[in-house]
Amino acid sequence: MLIAMFGAVELGVIYAIMALGVYITFRVLDFPDLTVDGSFVTGAAVTTVSIMNGVPPFVATIFGALAGFLAGCITGILHTKGKINPLLSGILMMIALYSINLRIMGQPTLSLLNESTVFTQLRSFWDKTGIDSFLNGLWTSFGLEKAPGTWSILLVMLAFTLVIKWVTDYYLKTEVGLALRATGDNQRMIKSFSANTDTLIIIGVGISNGFVALSGGLIAQHGGFADVGMGIGLIIIGLASVIIGEALFGTKTIRKTTFAVIGGAIIYRIVVTLALRVDFLDTGDMKLITALLVIAALVSPKIVQTRKEKKRRLQKRAELAQQKSEGGQ
Amino acid sequence: MMLTLRNLSITFNEGTPDEKKALQNIHLQLERGEFVTVIGSNGAGKSTLMNVISGSLFPDVGDVFINDKQVVHLPEYKRAAFIGRVFQDPMAGTAPSMTIEENLAIAYSRNKKRRLRPGVTKARRMFFKDHLRTLNLGLENRLTAKVGFLSGGERQALSLLMATFTEPNILLLDEHTAALDPSRAELITKLTEKVVGEFGLTTLMVTHNMQQALDLGTRLIMMDAGKIIFDVSGEEKERLTIEDLLDEFQRVRGLQLESDRSILS
Repeated sequence: MLIAMFGAVELGVIYAIMALGVYITFRVLDFPDLTVDGSFVTGAAVTTVSIMNGVPPFVATIFGALAGFLAGCITGILHTKGKINPLLSGILMMIALYSINLRIMGQPTLSLLNESTVFTQLRSFWDKTGIDSFLNGLWTSFGLEKAPGTWSILLVMLAFTLVIKWVTDYYLKTEVGLALRATGDNQRMIKSFSANTDTLIIIGVGISNGFVALSGGLIAQHGGFADVGMGIGLIIIGLASVIIGEALFGTKTIRKTTFAVIGGAIIYRIVVTLALRVDFLDTGDMKLITALLVIAALVSPKIVQTRKEKKRRLQKRAELAQQKSEGGQ
Repeated sequence: MMLTLRNLSITFNEGTPDEKKALQNIHLQLERGEFVTVIGSNGAGKSTLMNVISGSLFPDVGDVFINDKQVVHLPEYKRAAFIGRVFQDPMAGTAPSMTIEENLAIAYSRNKKRRLRPGVTKARRMFFKDHLRTLNLGLENRLTAKVGFLSGGERQALSLLMATFTEPNILLLDEHTAALDPSRAELITKLTEKVVGEFGLTTLMVTHNMQQALDLGTRLIMMDAGKIIFDVSGEEKERLTIEDLLDEFQRVRGLQLESDRSILS
């Protein structure tokens, strides 16, 4: 059970990079971008094929991210220059990418089992440090059975995701970043302050999909394969992470919101892992669980809010009635 | 000349029953520091004129020169480096989910290249505070408040500051007090007079309020059916009354006044 949770958190941290990408389009740019389903696989495909052709895994991962950036830019161009509705530009790009991803991979599934990846390289370096045996010693001293295989992926990916988060926070506070946020907030205003909204949207959607593809490349290396269908429904997972995170951890500042998004991605993985342990649910039900989760996260805050309001009004009425009856005496 | 409009014409829906000649051969020159108020009934072409100057509309024919530089082909975001603008809708000029200081930082970079350096720095924060203090609304103590939480009047005052504190070549005010209650409108009108005077901005202000058009500015133009039908400045404008304006309007239009009086007053 705990080991399953450990795996869930590990995956959650990698998927958090994708969730940060979705946050940039959905929340910052107010651009519902569905390219994600395709660009995630593009990242995985380009990274996998590069590794199989002898590119160092780290460089291959960057190639994957760049491919995603390019795909996102094209979605942005379709919307800004082609004047296509944002949802439709994303869907068009997603469909086009399905074929492109198949072309890149040459077959529907590619295995990385015997290749060296960023994680195998990390592992061989990590094993020399002895951190694992130290942490596992702690783990067992708490009386927990069966220690996890390695802490390297969790800890290093957590650090890496936090660096990405920090870069995102910084970027959104720069002069360019402020203009990007204003583009999502009030286009008319930012145009009157001499910002080229077209370029900002293209770059914003590009960066978002760069993050998504980076996450895709890492997931492929983590799982040891790339599959042309691995991105199906991913946008909903990203959205679930953003919405759950925001609902649980708040959105007061940019820094808090990006934390919330990472937290949301991890919690999403934990919830799915828990759900899959229920006897009558199997892996095929995962998309349904995700959909229900997003619906719950969207609807429940409103219900809670209405309840609170109602309670507050009833209380006020009661207070007033009491004052009146007291005044009458 | 700070602003020169030459032969400007624009027709909407040309060749259809809805055809509308929004601007017809407009000539207008504004000297540096001139403050022009623009009046006219609905559909006279006032807003179209503003949009053609700002670049959110392109004229069919004609030229727009800002500071003797041809800008008629430049898109809105490029012209915005020299043009400050305040809209009628108090929500239009600011980004609601961003803080006061972030909004000011956006306005501050209007005539500079935006780079990957922090938008709000300590030095800039001091600079923003000094300018906010001049509004007398206490906004200088709320730098990190989100603009969406401000009242309409506060937002419009902030918009006015954002449009002017980088000292643009031209300031366009598009009925910027029309959506406010009378006391707030009064406040914004006073602030307008103050900032325009302080920075010596070349200003074009559209208004439906004839008294405001007479009280403010150094020059007044009246538009009708896409043409400038009346243009006074200096002492002549000082002596002008609302009655004069209505008479002038009637004389040029040659129509009976009653229906228009209700629109104009």
